[in-house]
Amino acid sequence: MSEPRKSKSEQKLIGTPMRKVEGLSKSTGRATYTDDIALPGMLHGKILRSPHPHARIVSIDASAAEALEGVHAVITGEDMPTCYGIIPWTPDEYPLCLDRVRYVGDGVAAVAAVDEDTAIRALDLIDVDYEVLHAFLDPHEAAEADGSTAYIHEPKKEGWNGNVTKMVHLEFGEVDDLMDMSDVVVEGDYLFEGTTHAPIEPHCAIGQWDGVGRLTVWSATQVPHYLHRELARVLGLDQAQVRVLQPLVGGAFGGKSEPFDLEFCVGKLAMLTGRPVKILYTREEVFYSHRGRHPFHMTYRTGATSEGKLTSVDAKILLDGGAYASFGLVTTYYSGQLLCAPYEMPAYRFDSKRVYTNKPACGPKRGHGSVQPRFAFEIQLDKLAERLGIDPIEFRRRNFIGENTRTVNELRVTSNGFLECLDAVQRASGWDEKFRTMPFGRGIGVAGSTYISGTNYPIYPNEMPQSAVQMQIDRSGRVAVFSGASEIGQGCDSVVAYIAAEELGVPLEWVRVLRGDTDFTPVDLGAYSSRVTFMLGNAAIDAAKKLKALVQKAVAAAWEVKPAEVLLADGFAVWAPDTSRQMPIAEAFNLAEAEFGTLGSTGWYNTPKDVHGEYRGGTIGASPAYSFTAHVAEVDVDVETGIVDVKKIWVAHDCGRALNPILVEGQMEGSAYMGFGEALMEEQLFKDADHGRAGLHNAPSLLDYRIPTSLDTPELESLIVESIDPEGPYGAKEAGEGPLHPSIPAIANAIYDAIGVRMDRLPFSPPHVWRAVEASRDQGSLGKPEGPRTLASPPDVEAEPVHAD
Amino acid sequence: MTTTHDIVRLHVNGDLREVGVPTHYTLLETLRYILGLTGSKQGCDKGDCGACTVVVDGRPTLSCITPVWEAVGTEVITVEGLASADGPHPLQDEFDLNGAAQCGFCTPGILCSASALLERTRAPSREEIKDALAGNLCRCTGYTKIYDAVEAAARRLSADDASADAATEGGASTGGASPVETDREPGGV
Ligand code: FES
Ligand code: FES
Repeated sequence: MSEPRKSKSEQKLIGTPMRKVEGLSKSTGRATYTDDIALPGMLHGKILRSPHPHARIVSIDASAAEALEGVHAVITGEDMPTCYGIIPWTPDEYPLCLDRVRYVGDGVAAVAAVDEDTAIRALDLIDVDYEVLHAFLDPHEAAEADGSTAYIHEPKKEGWNGNVTKMVHLEFGEVDDLMDMSDVVVEGDYLFEGTTHAPIEPHCAIGQWDGVGRLTVWSATQVPHYLHRELARVLGLDQAQVRVLQPLVGGAFGGKSEPFDLEFCVGKLAMLTGRPVKILYTREEVFYSHRGRHPFHMTYRTGATSEGKLTSVDAKILLDGGAYASFGLVTTYYSGQLLCAPYEMPAYRFDSKRVYTNKPACGPKRGHGSVQPRFAFEIQLDKLAERLGIDPIEFRRRNFIGENTRTVNELRVTSNGFLECLDAVQRASGWDEKFRTMPFGRGIGVAGSTYISGTNYPIYPNEMPQSAVQMQIDRSGRVAVFSGASEIGQGCDSVVAYIAAEELGVPLEWVRVLRGDTDFTPVDLGAYSSRVTFMLGNAAIDAAKKLKALVQKAVAAAWEVKPAEVLLADGFAVWAPDTSRQMPIAEAFNLAEAEFGTLGSTGWYNTPKDVHGEYRGGTIGASPAYSFTAHVAEVDVDVETGIVDVKKIWVAHDCGRALNPILVEGQMEGSAYMGFGEALMEEQLFKDADHGRAGLHNAPSLLDYRIPTSLDTPELESLIVESIDPEGPYGAKEAGEGPLHPSIPAIANAIYDAIGVRMDRLPFSPPHVWRAVEASRDQGSLGKPEGPRTLASPPDVEAEPVHAD
Repeated sequence: MTTTHDIVRLHVNGDLREVGVPTHYTLLETLRYILGLTGSKQGCDKGDCGACTVVVDGRPTLSCITPVWEAVGTEVITVEGLASADGPHPLQDEFDLNGAAQCGFCTPGILCSASALLERTRAPSREEIKDALAGNLCRCTGYTKIYDAVEAAARRLSADDASADAATEGGASTGGASPVETDREPGGV
């Protein structure tokens, strides 16, 4: 079926279950997060937020707040009048609003006071006079605005609609012709309401100014490098004056991947007061700061031949972006660009438009921009398979795009373990016995997906490495790794340690990872787009191999043998031809230090730049490698209540190579869990004027915005597939985002198998399901769907997935 | 602004502490801001997430909605109090071995809920574990690795109990915890 995989036997540690470098510090309570830091003389800051979704700021009077005992400074938009935005082409926000607020929760002023209570009291004393403007809450209305009421932003060009952030129209192949020639065409409208990240750690930042020109900011960010750049720019400092420290981050999922108002405010307030200033978001502020998954309104037409081969795909998408651009330019491209694997598509067109609305800005959430279209498209595939009488796993196999190929939009695909993923879930779930055969109310569904392992192009154009580490070995046998990568729980600090231990032959506990400080670690661009393992891993291998070569050379000289015959493993240097000849690794390091001087190296990674199509936007979606996933979900549906009970999700994921299978499984399970939550429970909704105050968040608490508890979460089974990517570190690709995608459509397809009802809008909560059931009942289509004429071929027996235990 | 303070006597992690605390402080604020025990986390400050869970008189308790005076006269155990001089609590060790702490922000609270469970029963079923952790949100793991870790720790604790019993019955003393089988052989420490 596929090429034989490369050998994995060359490594000793890589591929085995290992502890995390910071694991015990987390489980004993020693781990330090930003809010755990208290500095001498520290002040507490608070941000005053707009009560209106759209309004002009007429005036701000902060004199009473300034006069309050204990208040050290009050700032407003005028104090930081520099426009910024994470994407260099779409800056459109200010740390505090200058003259206009664009969502309920937009920041207008900030105070620093001796304690939190005083800061809160001071906020009450700030008098803001607003002139309320018409609020656009509905993206369709925003898209059709004619300028008779104020647009949310200035139009990019005279006569344009100022509510439009970005439009992308791309077409590959003969979409209309092939659609016309298709034997079957299915159509569907889909709605993905937005969801938010809800990390358990709220955003927090501390600023400290040394009085003569150095600003230090601690922040729970997943992009310290971009924060560093923007802080300098907005606060009028040189980048050399700014230091960003990143303590451990208590979850992020994309929700901390751009600068936020609090980071600028603590910097400015520290500069003004000469005292350290901390701001910790309340949980409510976390919900309002958002930058989560965009609501997508999608229409798909998909054609296929009677043999079950896809012919043509046509998509139209409206993205509800909220008040600011954030990553929206990328999201708009991703909404179409990332759909072109793992299935071969002869022709594809997407037409995506992102509009502003007066709600908190949307941005990237785990599976940025591609989870929503994947939901729609995998249901489309299910519909096609049914129309053609082909088992849906079989249908997906027939359309497999293959390895070492290009997608219709010209993205380069290298390793591809998607077929093994399908095999694995088919086998593990008992698919063949269950599909279309279980009683009414019980169903099973499948879905597949792909995701990037990082983006080939950084956010701001530059030719420098995307990731780098510095490594140092010392006389004790210890290895120090200086890493600028963002540990947000995914385990990247451990990944560099595993690599150092593997290459340099030291026990894992001798590796120290020094991290999270832009003053002494080389630049890594951040924890986003699933880039870290691939890029940081390659950088770490590069650095370690340079040191290894020196150690091998020095030992070989002492032993008078060839350097290649010297192995470094298990704390020893060993002569391969006769392993009884060995010396402790520290001794080997000492020999090397005597020979070459103090031992340090740098290693870096940069992406290939020639692996995309030559069209506008062709670079967006280009990745050095793609991961692949298949899920099968099994559900029980109660048609009387609309309650869907997901029994189990089988998750098979091609991560290239599992550097530590426990961590890979953790990412797979966490992803599937998050997808499950989006499928069944989560919805980031805002009130309109008929249901309370317009623009108010419906449920800005962890009680009301329901994320799955232990009692809600279904059983999850991880099945690791290793395709050994030719360019990944030891063959590895991403695992943190890809495995989220199929959860949602697999559950939707399972609901259909259970009761014959298509769920085309999220979430599949009791009211939505119940309404869909009633509609089907009225149409007489409620009931177990018919089984396929063409069954799934048996899974490939060769390809058994890996288990951590 | 003046804030009224009370002097409170608290038993925390086996220590008797006598400290001045603003009268409106919660137990969580007292632990984090006054006693410097920052292991207990604040995820919501309103009783929704469980990150602030500590053990009060053997019961998992949300410290962010517990006024500090309610803790007077009780025994409070936080995540920092689970380890002993001999090393981490088996739960803490198994959380690391099983990858049960990703970002780790929910971990202190989950460990407190789990330790209270394992004091009640050494052989909890998976359903009992789910029930015990229902008030602790974890956004990272999907809970599966957490269940694995709690079960592994339960096995270790009951093995310890068994060897302690054997020792008190006059059998050969093992001189402490006996080596126990764990599920996984970690590659390093
Ligand atoms: S911080 Fe106490 S429940 Fe969330
Ligand atoms: S490990 Fe991150 S919230 Fe549980």
